[in-house]
Parts: sequence; structure tokens; C-alpha cells
Amino acid sequence: MTVSNYPLPRANAQTQPYWDGAAVGELRYQCCSDCGSVQRIPRSLCEQCQSSRLQWKVSRQTGRVLTFTTVHRAPLPVFKDMVPYVIAILDMDEGFRVMANALPQACAGLEIGTRVRVGFQDVHGMALPVLEAALEAAP
Amino acid sequence: MTMNALVTGAYDTAVGSLPGSSCMSLHAEAAMGAVADAGLALSDIDGVLCAYSFTEPHLMLASVFCEYLGIHPGACLAIQAGGASACIMVMQAAALVASGQCRHVLVVTGDNRLTGMSRDGAVAALSEVGHPQFERPFGISVPASYALVAKHYMHEYGVTSEQLAAIAVEHRRHAGRHPKAHKREAITVEQVLSSRMIADPLHMLDCCLISDGGAALVVSSRAAARDTRGRAIEILGAGQGHTHEHIVAAPSLVDFGCKSSSAVAFARAGVAARDIDVAQIYDSFTITLAVELESIGFFERGQAGLAAAAGELGLGGKLPCNTHGGLMSYAHSGAAGGMFHVVEAVHQLRGTADVRQVPDAKLAFVHGDGGILSAHCSLVLGG
Repeated sequence: MTVSNYPLPRANAQTQPYWDGAAVGELRYQCCSDCGSVQRIPRSLCEQCQSSRLQWKVSRQTGRVLTFTTVHRAPLPVFKDMVPYVIAILDMDEGFRVMANALPQACAGLEIGTRVRVGFQDVHGMALPVLEAALEAAP
Repeated sequence: MTMNALVTGAYDTAVGSLPGSSCMSLHAEAAMGAVADAGLALSDIDGVLCAYSFTEPHLMLASVFCEYLGIHPGACLAIQAGGASACIMVMQAAALVASGQCRHVLVVTGDNRLTGMSRDGAVAALSEVGHPQFERPFGISVPASYALVAKHYMHEYGVTSEQLAAIAVEHRRHAGRHPKAHKREAITVEQVLSSRMIADPLHMLDCCLISDGGAALVVSSRAAARDTRGRAIEILGAGQGHTHEHIVAAPSLVDFGCKSSSAVAFARAGVAARDIDVAQIYDSFTITLAVELESIGFFERGQAGLAAAAGELGLGGKLPCNTHGGLMSYAHSGAAGGMFHVVEAVHQLRGTADVRQVPDAKLAFVHGDGGILSAHCSLVLGG
């Protein structure tokens, strides 16, 4: 399977700052300048008040595991060499969400509620967020 | 109360592996069957609703179907809401006939996913429902998305894999009573737990089938229903609930749109969950049904799997559920998967469910879930 079949993210005008940030090792998120709410994932307007006055901020890259799964059956041929792999949804401390795979050293003892740090890994030439390390056991 | 609309015809094709079938041939067979069941002629049909297809994808599937069948209705459109499509189509058909825009609406679904594209092909196509930038790059699939819900839900309410497996076991028991079911041989909790892990905690036997098949209904206005032959089933209530599309953006991993969709449907029908005699509820995975049964109020949180193990979802149980075997054991053919639930409810309310019959079934609840517990539609039907 060639690299071109990997479903890499294709940034659009609304998400370009997110992926530009990833490329320089910054995890960015959107905050509404009108109502102050933090968007779960980036878009062109605030999901709470629909204002388009959104501000990009830089995350401290720490959060908690909301949930995770270990995938044993790849949905596409391009993921077959990766199985088994972990997919986690992370509730970041600033209030946004990240879905990411987990580095092998971060998987041991991973639980719901575990505090984690997000980093980046190169996937076919693109920096994607990754669950880099578990910081402590779940409370 | 009432929606002023009745199901006057229902039909489903054979299901499973149907070599030689196509999406449109299944649509046509199901449609002709439903119209005949209603005792109508094709010329009586003045509205057509279709859903979507993986094997014959088209921007205008309802127009493709009407051309294929050679009919020219006054209203024709396609509805795409994943597993909620069938129930939403019924709700929309009810609106068309209740408003006087149509007299008899044909609601038709079908796909030959198993022989037309293979299991791998279907799994790959389904993975495209993931968010292209924030989910798909991480190898997400529909089973993995439901596994993310399962892991969280089980953690919150102390649900075990054994309890979820009991749901799959009861579905297979139901399917064993249906001569057409795709999978009929009995399974045990141990077999579910030792089946291949797909995405932890969901095993192969926690997951729905991929099947060929089609199903159709005729929905008629009260006045037009007098022209029909079969026993009409009243659409007493309907409701929808929508909270998100992508699981990464879901506001909650324990509360979903089924809560509001069922509340609206029950209120419109003037009934409560405890009044329901038989339920046909979307069961794409064991966790799907557990979440829905508990969110809708049929069981307390964390109790659905235990109830299944105690036989409460079986014939003679507190809530006979998915008496045809559901998506896990009867069949899953895209939008037709949800339509099989509606057709089975019609059988139950007409008293034509043979050895699957729930005695004296007068009130049925049908529920569809699209996406990752994203789009929900509930129906209350009365015999």
C-alpha cells in the first residue's frame, strides 16, 4: 500500500493554523472571543454562540484519557501493519478534544482518567498529535 | 394520539449471501412485495423515499430507483441518516401523507453489501464516516468508534464483557426462530468472548453482520388506507434526536439522542416505555443496544446486559427485543438493516410472526441509530 493511500489530514482555511502548529510542535486550539468557550475541534464559527471571532491559543499539551481502544482489525490496508494500535480520545486541560494514537511506551497501564502528555509524531511526512506519555496513574 | 399515517404494506427479501442480487434488484423486489402486501397497484404510489447504497452509490438514488422500476411519482427523494435512515424515512413518509401531499408513499431500502463489495470493502467504506482531519488519520473505524463508547460506558456503569455478550447470545436465539435469518446457529457467552477481538472491548460476535437484502414499506394516509388490503399498522408517535456526528465531538459518551427521540415519540403516542409489548432497537453492536435500552428507560443504567442474561430480552421476557435476531444475527444490509426492524414490528403487531410471536403484541417501539450514536429516530407503532 502506497503512502498516498494513507488518510492524511488535508488542511482547509479553517484548520490550517492547527496543522501549521503541529508542524512546529505546537498543539493549538480555538477559543471564542465573544463567549469564551473552547471548541472541541476547530471550525469557522463557535459551536456555542456561532460567533466567528475565534482566537487560536497554544495548549500546554496535557490532559486526561476520556476513553481509548486497542484496534485489532484495521479498517484500511494501510493500517494493517500497525495493528494492534491504540486510539484514545483525550480531554485536554484547556477544554478541547484530541483523538490520537498512543506511542508504545505510553500504552502500559493506560486507563480512563490517566493524565497524559500529547506530543507529535511524523506520519508519512506530516506531524500528527500522539499520546506521548502517561504522567501518573488514574486518581 | 396519532401521526395520521399508517403502515399498510411491508416486505423483506431473502437476506444473507445472495449471489446475483444487486442494489436495485433488491430495491425492486422489496418494493413490489410491499405494494402487493398492501393490495395496491404501482400506479397507486405517489411518493417514493429511498436511502443510500454502497454498491450502487448515486447522488440521486431515489431517481435511479424510480427509473429502474419504471414509475413516475409526484414526490421522490433520498434520505441519508445512516442506521437512523429507515425510521426517519417512515417519519418523513408519515409527514407526506398526513399533510396531504401524498396518499401512498413507498419507502424502500436495500443493498448487496456482502456479495457486491466484500466484508473488507464494507468496513473500509464505513470508516469514511470518521472525521477526515481529526479521526481518520488515526485509523478509526465504526467498530473502533463504538469501542471508544463501550470502554467509557462500561467504566462508568460497571458493565462487563460477559454482560454485553449475553445480548449477542439472545439475538442469536431469536434468529434461530426465523427461517430467513443470516445466522441461526446458537452461540454461547464463551464463544462471543473467544471470538476475534475487533476493537477492545468489542469482539467479532459483539458486532453486526454484513449481508445482502432489501426491505420496503407502504405508508398511507388514513383516508387512503381504506384502499388497502392488509392489516394496517398505525404510526402513533415518532421523534428524532441529534447530538453530534463524529465521536471526537460528542458532548457526552453516556447520553445520546435516543433519550430525546424516544421521549418525543412516547409523548406523541401518549404512552410510556413500560407500555411497550415488543421492541425492535438498532443493534449495530452489543454496546449500541445496551446504551439505547438504558438511555430510553427500558432498564436502569448498567442493567441491560444483566437483563439479557436473565432472559428479559427474550420471548416471554420483560421486553422481547429484536425478535427477528437484529443486525447481529438476522441481517445488516445498510439502510435496509434498520428497515428489517420496522418490518419485524409490523409482523408482531399483525400477529404474523409465527413462532417468534409475542402474545397479544399491541404496541411496538422501533429505534434507529445512525453514525456513532449520532442520529436517532424512534417510532411507536400500534396494531
